[in-house]
Amino acid sequence: MTALPLILTVFVACAVEAIEALTIVLAAGLTREWRSTFQGMAVALVVLAAIVAALGPTITLLPLTALRLVVGALLAIFGLQWLRKAILRATGYKSLHDEASAYLREVAAAKAAAASSRGRVHDWYAFTLSFKGVLLEGLEVVFIVITFGANQRNVGAAVIGAAAAVVVVAVTGVLVRAPLAKVPENAMKFVVGIMLTSFGIFWGAEGAGVSWPGQDAALLVLVPVVALVSLGYTVLLRRPRAVQPASAPTSEEVTSS
Amino acid sequence: MRRLRSIGAFWYDFVVGDDWRVAVVVVAALALTAVLVHAAGVNAWWLLPVCVFAALAWSLRRATRT
Repeated sequence: MTALPLILTVFVACAVEAIEALTIVLAAGLTREWRSTFQGMAVALVVLAAIVAALGPTITLLPLTALRLVVGALLAIFGLQWLRKAILRATGYKSLHDEASAYLREVAAAKAAAASSRGRVHDWYAFTLSFKGVLLEGLEVVFIVITFGANQRNVGAAVIGAAAAVVVVAVTGVLVRAPLAKVPENAMKFVVGIMLTSFGIFWGAEGAGVSWPGQDAALLVLVPVVALVSLGYTVLLRRPRAVQPASAPTSEEVTSS
Repeated sequence: MRRLRSIGAFWYDFVVGDDWRVAVVVVAALALTAVLVHAAGVNAWWLLPVCVFAALAWSLRRATRT
């Protein structure tokens, strides 16, 4: 397999997470103080880089079969989480992720919080908000970079895809100076769920000892099949709701992210 | 102890998420695939995709019914 599918998959997955981190950073920076916000962001990025630097080379030392079994299982479980949420959102059972309203919530909380300084950090709230936002969203990026990169024995290509996504989103955010609400984030999450699940199935089964018909070319069939099944479930779940009157919200609708 | 518990809860939520049954099905399907390949000599490449699609359907059905 060439590095291009790896880079593209990591790029899209990381762009989604970067957009969510950007929303939090903008809320902290524009409402509170930019210096403390950048400090929080910088510390989080250093922690994330340290995790990649420590785990990336270590994980590639594992035997490929064992690595594919474990990573494939994790990716399939992780990808199914994304896919499940994406289908529930697409069918109206869960509210769509909206960066504009997420931004307004963060701004309201940031305005209400009291100001306090600690050490070299002038605004502790802005620092922690930015640090937590970048670290938590970044952990998903790190997970994807390490699992995809290690499996393909090409962590460098995965890092390139992730870094490109972060740069594109950051530059766009600086130019727009607003949350990227117009980006089709929910559709992107659907695509990422399909890719993570497909690669998880492929590598997991290989790790269990399976020999795929057509070797790596099986992915060219597996990805469309996962996409078709997911779209089929979306259509099936949409139909009954279209004829029903508005019903009480499910517990899924209350949860976010 | 409380910190360890919260770290564990974070990673559980991070990887497993809202429906642990999906994770159980994936792990069981991989174990069964390994048994079929190594013990019975069956190249069961089809088993994991079938189980994954079934797990997703089951999870969606539960989520949309509750």
